[in-house]
Amino acid sequence: MISGTLLNQATEYENRADPYPIYAELRKTPVALQDDGVYAVSTYWEIRSLLADPRISSDIRNRDPRLGGPMITEDEANLPPSFIRLDPPEHDRLRCLAGRPFGPPHTPRRIHAMHAELARMIAELIDRFHGSNQVDIVEDFAYPFPVAVICKLLGVPHQDEHLFHDWTEKIVNALDPNPEEGPLERQRVAQQARLDLGGYLTGLVEEHRLAPGEDLLSALTVEHGPDGGMSPVEVIVTAVLLLIAGHETTVNLITNGMLTLLRNPEILRRLRDDPDLAVPLVEELLRFEPPVQLLPQRTCLADIDVAGTVIPKGAPIWLVLGAGNRDPRRFQDPDRFDPDRRDNEHLGFGSGVHYCFGAPLARLEAQLALAALARRLANPELVYDPPVYRRNPVLRGPRHLHVTFDTLVA
Amino acid sequence: MRIVVDLNRCQGYAQCAFLAPDVFVLHGQEALMYDPGADEALAEQVARAAAACPVQAILVERGEGAREPVGAVGGHGH
Amino acid sequence: MVTEGSVAEFNRNGRVVVVGASLAGLRAAEALRDEGFAGTLIMIGDERLQPYDRPPLSKQVLLGRTSADRTLLPRRRAINAEWRLGVPAAGLDLSRHRVRLADGREVGFDRLLIATGARARPWPREAEAELDGVFVLRSVGDAAKLERRLAAKPHRVLVVGAGFTGCEVASACRARGIEVTVAERGPAPLVGALGGVVGAVAAELQRKNGVDLRCNITVTELEGDLGGRLKRAHLSDGTVLDVDVAVIALGALRNTEWLTGSGLAAGPRGIACDAGCRAFDVHGIVTDDVFVAGDVARAPHPLFGYQFLSLEHWGNAVSQAETAAHNMVRSGLDRRPHLWVPAFWSAQFGVNIKSVGVPPMGEELLVTQGALAEHRFAAVYGYQGRVIAAVTFDHGRWIDFYSRQIESAAPFPPEFVGVDRRADGMRPVPADFPDPALPTHGPTVTVSGYAPNERRLTFTPART
Repeated sequence: MISGTLLNQATEYENRADPYPIYAELRKTPVALQDDGVYAVSTYWEIRSLLADPRISSDIRNRDPRLGGPMITEDEANLPPSFIRLDPPEHDRLRCLAGRPFGPPHTPRRIHAMHAELARMIAELIDRFHGSNQVDIVEDFAYPFPVAVICKLLGVPHQDEHLFHDWTEKIVNALDPNPEEGPLERQRVAQQARLDLGGYLTGLVEEHRLAPGEDLLSALTVEHGPDGGMSPVEVIVTAVLLLIAGHETTVNLITNGMLTLLRNPEILRRLRDDPDLAVPLVEELLRFEPPVQLLPQRTCLADIDVAGTVIPKGAPIWLVLGAGNRDPRRFQDPDRFDPDRRDNEHLGFGSGVHYCFGAPLARLEAQLALAALARRLANPELVYDPPVYRRNPVLRGPRHLHVTFDTLVA
Repeated sequence: MRIVVDLNRCQGYAQCAFLAPDVFVLHGQEALMYDPGADEALAEQVARAAAACPVQAILVERGEGAREPVGAVGGHGH
Repeated sequence: MVTEGSVAEFNRNGRVVVVGASLAGLRAAEALRDEGFAGTLIMIGDERLQPYDRPPLSKQVLLGRTSADRTLLPRRRAINAEWRLGVPAAGLDLSRHRVRLADGREVGFDRLLIATGARARPWPREAEAELDGVFVLRSVGDAAKLERRLAAKPHRVLVVGAGFTGCEVASACRARGIEVTVAERGPAPLVGALGGVVGAVAAELQRKNGVDLRCNITVTELEGDLGGRLKRAHLSDGTVLDVDVAVIALGALRNTEWLTGSGLAAGPRGIACDAGCRAFDVHGIVTDDVFVAGDVARAPHPLFGYQFLSLEHWGNAVSQAETAAHNMVRSGLDRRPHLWVPAFWSAQFGVNIKSVGVPPMGEELLVTQGALAEHRFAAVYGYQGRVIAAVTFDHGRWIDFYSRQIESAAPFPPEFVGVDRRADGMRPVPADFPDPALPTHGPTVTVSGYAPNERRLTFTPART
């Protein structure tokens, strides 16, 4: 049965540049049982319903191993799961505590107030393009920018960046369902990286406890809500989560954005002349090329009927956001990149209680970054298309994006 | 500006309260209060908030764009 | 009279009159233009203001976060209408297709939409209602006056009635540091809308936030001083309270008096119409040129035993207006039913309350997520073995799931176990409505589809 391997095809490296035709095939069966036991859900309304369905768990400890699916064991390195891998009420408690120093209702102005600083960081990175007519958008901009932001926000010394660059890469490699090296070796490497990163953060948390600053790590360590605060290990697990998310997702949003703009030069011109276009454009980007392509961690807590298929209790469910975002039953002309699209309720940041924690920051970063790149690079062009992609099919994006330009606009 | 949020659609994602804190405010974890007549000077914030709403619940009308003169009774015959 | 063959001509050159220039009237007018109606559109409203939004009046406005005159509704599009604001409609002549205004003038129509809404139920004793310090809350003017008084830091506010408006007023008072007493005839706040179990949670919220909540009690007299200012309130248990502000929050009266004698089925409970928003006449025969939408409408809802529901819900006004407009410019099978699942929200004491379905039809209640004691939960109401409604307190992201449960007539008690199901969520308890209406066994009806043009109804006849 062909559909039983479609998800595998979609995640194979050779299809990384354009998984969308395979997604279109996948959508013909909204809930498709794969040969490895995974139920792939690829249509918009079904994904959206499941993301708000209390019968769906994010905690893989609810999986029934007899029902198959790839074994994901990355949380076994003596660290408890972070809130994205937990269900309410634990999820709600931890996410609420993490949110206290990050956003409303307790810290409503934190992200808004970063506006000027984000713009300054962007300007500095682009200024470094001087003297060259070619850059790698990934290495020279889209990676260092969000990393600097998350370091600043968390209170991680930027000079230590090279340390956790390596760790986070090893950790997210464990998410690759079609790795080159064997799964056991990959898990071992990821676990060691988690331990190393955890060890590093343990020291850092202690420093922040003794001398708290304005950053999140300090707040998570010393501030408590009405029902108590995070335990030290919870602070570390949360910090690992935010560091990885800050490293591995926004880079793809910005890079996918630049790639899409270079493939749509008329829209790039519009953005250059009207930076406000960045606001709806980033939403369309989140629909068109979502940085998180699929959510591979959900499990059914009961037998549930989805679009006529019964998914059994304990079965692994993969929600293919990238496919749902191109569902023609929900979006007109879904394969067209249209920053003027109305009614754009995309799934780029997920939906429901696990909606992306850092979404407001990622939005602002991408809006400012893309508007600045569009304005400052004169006549930018792709050196090759498609670019070389990173291996990871979940956190999908180019590994390099080489772009030439005539001059740098002041 | 004129703003209305369809609070049946709103699920408290708070994207608006992050991006336009002068206009949208959370009371508690998910109850949204907003200024339905926010000043035009806050238009940029509001545009970010409306675009970011995951359930597209925010309707904004800027300036006098979609409106036409409103006459009281006696102002118009027919 | 618009006959089926002349729909196209009507859409080009017809004349639509909308009586009621609030949320439903405005959204209907916009939808008419969206649907291609190019004829004359006349908007009649009793207030001089352009259409404004009411929910902020009891929340943001009373909190002092915005002023009452900043609540004008944004437009979805230009509607190119003639506006007749400031004079109410006073009569309807069905045979001549004319609306009579209070100043005696007449406005003719080919098709009419009635969206005259409701008004606050006044304090029944007129002399007491006239006292300085006695307020109702429905209009921009009401809210502006009450807010001014709250800003002047009254000694104590009395809220009469603990429905949603009353609770929200009490919440705003506490947020502003004003002492407030809530007097409720029933056993708990919100008991009529959500039942006694959830009402008890609302009561806890009030007390935790310093409200002097008194249930099973009525206000027998509002007493003024010689200058006509409110001084005291007398309660049915003999208590006398010193209060300088009283907010009468005893629900709404539907604005149908102007239709008396018109031949339409209009009365205190609203104007009866079919699921396509066409008004019934007094004989129970549906009219073809008179439509109804919003708070003033009473329409049968297939999902809820075809009961005629009067829904004073913001979302109902919008959705029913859209359906009415759609059906006004179409005929026969191109028309569609108003299949909106009732939904409403309230924000009080920092908690977001949402509900879907018709909770008062519920016989039993089951907490499916979270816990009542934490004031964060989702609960479903069961009626004759199916899920009929749900309510969430700070659990809004799950509400769509419960909406689908209602639409699909999911079994009650729910067969599933989901995330965050607690021990006290394993057994249903009586929902504890004060006067449960028990309609007879009826057919099972389900609604499916997402987009309006996909919505389908499935009818399964009752087994006997």
